[in-house]
Amino acid sequence: MASISGTANLDRTGEATAYRGLMSWLTVVDHKRIGQLYLMAGLLFFLVGGVEAFIMRLQLMHPNGHVVSAAVFNELFTMHGTTMIFLAVMPLSIGFINAIVPLQIGARDVAFPRLNALSFWLFLGGGLLLNSSWFLGGTPNAGWFNYTPISGAQFSPGLGVDFYDIGLQIAGIGTLISGINFLVTIVNLRAPGMTWFRLPMFTWTTFVTMILVLFAFPPLTVNLFLQTFERLFHAQYFNVAAGGSPLLWANLFWIFGHPEVYILILPAFGIISEVIPAFSRKPLFGYVSMVLATLAIGFLSFMVWVHHMFTLGYGPWVNSIFALTSMLIAVPTGVKVFNWLSTMWGGQLRFTTAMMWAVGFLFTFVLGGMSGVMLAVAPADLQLNNSYFVVAHFHYVLIGGSLFALLAGLYYWFPKITGRMLSERLGRWNFWLMFIGFNVTFFPMHFLGLEGMPRRIFTYSPGFGFTFWNQVATFGVFILAAGVLALVVNVVRSAAAGERASADPWDARGLEWSMSSPAPAYNFAKIPLVRGYDPLWVEKLHGDGRMIAAPQAPGAHHAPPGMVHMPRPTIVPLLVALTLVAAGYGFIFSQLWLEVLALLLLGVSLHRSMFEVDPGEYVRVRPEDEEAMSAHG
Amino acid sequence: MGLPVGLLTVLGAAGCGSLTGKESMLQPAGPVAAAQVQLLDSSMWIMFEIFVVVAAVLIIALIRFRARPGQTALPPQVEGNNRLELLWTIVPALLLALLAVGTVKETFALNASPTMKNSVLVDVTGHQFWWSFEYPGYGNLITANELHIPVGKRIVLGLTSADVMHSFWVPKLGGKTDLVPGKENYIWIEANTPGIYYGQCAEFCGTGHADMRLTVDAQTPQAFAAWVATMQHPVSTPTTALAKAGYRYFAQVGCSTCHTIGGTPYAGVVGPNLTDLTGRLMIAANLIPNTPANLYRWIQDPQAVKPGAKMPDLHLKSKEITALVAYLEQLK
Repeated sequence: MASISGTANLDRTGEATAYRGLMSWLTVVDHKRIGQLYLMAGLLFFLVGGVEAFIMRLQLMHPNGHVVSAAVFNELFTMHGTTMIFLAVMPLSIGFINAIVPLQIGARDVAFPRLNALSFWLFLGGGLLLNSSWFLGGTPNAGWFNYTPISGAQFSPGLGVDFYDIGLQIAGIGTLISGINFLVTIVNLRAPGMTWFRLPMFTWTTFVTMILVLFAFPPLTVNLFLQTFERLFHAQYFNVAAGGSPLLWANLFWIFGHPEVYILILPAFGIISEVIPAFSRKPLFGYVSMVLATLAIGFLSFMVWVHHMFTLGYGPWVNSIFALTSMLIAVPTGVKVFNWLSTMWGGQLRFTTAMMWAVGFLFTFVLGGMSGVMLAVAPADLQLNNSYFVVAHFHYVLIGGSLFALLAGLYYWFPKITGRMLSERLGRWNFWLMFIGFNVTFFPMHFLGLEGMPRRIFTYSPGFGFTFWNQVATFGVFILAAGVLALVVNVVRSAAAGERASADPWDARGLEWSMSSPAPAYNFAKIPLVRGYDPLWVEKLHGDGRMIAAPQAPGAHHAPPGMVHMPRPTIVPLLVALTLVAAGYGFIFSQLWLEVLALLLLGVSLHRSMFEVDPGEYVRVRPEDEEAMSAHG
Repeated sequence: MGLPVGLLTVLGAAGCGSLTGKESMLQPAGPVAAAQVQLLDSSMWIMFEIFVVVAAVLIIALIRFRARPGQTALPPQVEGNNRLELLWTIVPALLLALLAVGTVKETFALNASPTMKNSVLVDVTGHQFWWSFEYPGYGNLITANELHIPVGKRIVLGLTSADVMHSFWVPKLGGKTDLVPGKENYIWIEANTPGIYYGQCAEFCGTGHADMRLTVDAQTPQAFAAWVATMQHPVSTPTTALAKAGYRYFAQVGCSTCHTIGGTPYAGVVGPNLTDLTGRLMIAANLIPNTPANLYRWIQDPQAVKPGAKMPDLHLKSKEITALVAYLEQLK
């Protein structure tokens, strides 16, 4: 929350924002609207990455295909992976985290609303910079993990890898700031009674995810810096001839990269843990073991990075140890799956589209987890690594896991975020087309891997047994694409003219369903008192179904009656991000004047953002929000 | 949901059964690949059993516990069951322990060192986008892209790279190991029966990555010895007038800057050694069959045959190419 000073202005109208239209988005600090921005940008980048994948599937439909050249194909798979991981799945997760976590813990906003805006603009700026490489003469083409020496100046002399290094660096700073912001938010801004063991599962998984962000992103930051210095200023970190080592990049990358895959999947686990209880009319089975499993997975995720490098030749001791730690992760993950099944067992299951995605998730994620265990068997991995089996595996966990869960979250929380329902009818089409299309596309890739097809090849010859399953996979992509189209149509149409949503359209359990849909700017008319796990459900069972206001701490700053103190909108975070992106272009194109000018302006806007005191503003509480809370508070 | 599970099972069984391609890892032809596939198999079965249990529970739950009209009473609000939770922590852990034993055992068993007893050492160097094979035990004879080995013998491969990372992978003989600049990795392979085994680079290495292929020609000990003898006494003197012209062009137009031909002064080390060229089945790192017509096409415009190839288009005249092909066709 912004600092509360005695000079706060009493806002005349009580409106949430001082700006309207486009300006209100550019100066936004409200976590809910920042969440919407993340979701929209994530969806957009998802479509871009999808088109890249579609072109690759067309190229691989026939042996010796000629849809694109080898060089373009290499750019496509590099940008597809980078986009989907950094610019689609992660932002979609962070979008839901923004939109929902403060509501779930009974907070008015995140701890640092301005930094939250900065996170978004840095992500968007970094993502756009990276994608602008398609038009600015040089697209990254060394794969998403960008191994050296292939990505070094000698073997990738163009600008492509510079776009990768600097684009991800900028977006990564945004993610790191998000991590700190949400950790502080969850630690400090929980409503009275929201103890750690009453924290909703989605908030728990967010908490662990953000710890992973805090520790996993710095190695990436360092790696990107090392390579930027190597490529731009002729430093020598990875060059063997100069005493460097390509293994330095590989290790730093995977020390980041493996926690990263849990950064992608843990929020998905959280979503599933919210959706399944809501539509089973039962509490989450084994809450404490779910929390412990999440912590265990987060901890172990830092202990397994070499399983991406079993083929690098670290010897039997290292490979054995990392094989064992990798297998170990299956245990807490299995606990989660069995707990979800037990939550459904004995319940009253309602098959809304959200629930269908959750069930689809269970099915595909389990398959992906199992191929994951097979990959942990180090000697078998020597065969499977870098083959299409791995491609099948990580699409099962990233699409069948993360994305399916995110779509469950979208159908579940869309009413709370937009105030309108998604169409259930289109939702069915969306689910079945994508579910079937996904399996038809990616299941055959297991076969292709066993058949010996390496990943990242732009073409193959006839006579290797690759043709048939590649054709099946490409056929599946058309179904998958139709499903994505149904999703886009549903989101666009429902956002504009969907059925109006009530406060609690699913008869759900969490605090986020206690206020109107969409949530008012201040979230809660009064900070609620949490009286148990699943706070709203507790009130439905034991109260009048509405949250009770928490008693105010004595000596705390009080807003005038009927008012809530909120941070003011500001353009400064956007300026900070813009100047950093401009400096990024300066370094990519080696334009000294742009570097100096942009860094100077960056300094000015950073100074402004650090030392400007936000007096905040008072927002008048709407009567209906007062009424949404129980009277005897 | 029952339909997809059943469908996938049938598909899975049918799919795996049909995987009999030239690079199929499910048809091992040597002890290393066999051990790896054995582990792959047992892990697949363990996983499959767990999957069947999970899928069955899921399907039963979906059918039995779907909400029915008229249900107003809350279902029992069960919050957990310590004994059950312990059970599904321990049972999977035990199954994994089973898998872990085999994993560690084979990881150590398949480890290789350059001093392994009764073995043949071959130094493999990865290049963008071809393979160099050097036999220190046979007078450092060098060949490219087609690895000759005797059957029934441990072949220790010392892997390294001259430029970027590559990965050596011949699925029927063994899993892959990376070729890392500045590092020497050792693996061993062995072929049970004579034959040609296919493989290709498995670590992305640039534009020509997809076309960086190789074969292993596993031969009877006699045939292997004969091959070694030929290699040690290469035939490289041109006989016909055309071939003699080709021999001269080889130096004049620049071929010899990059290529070595044993028994001649040509000793370039940038590109593949061509000493036994006519003995090779394929050219351009096992991309196209080794025929005079293909050789012509390759010399005329390497980029058109193999995008990203480092061999330059020297803009040779037709008669120069014809002569070069005639000469190269004599190399044995």
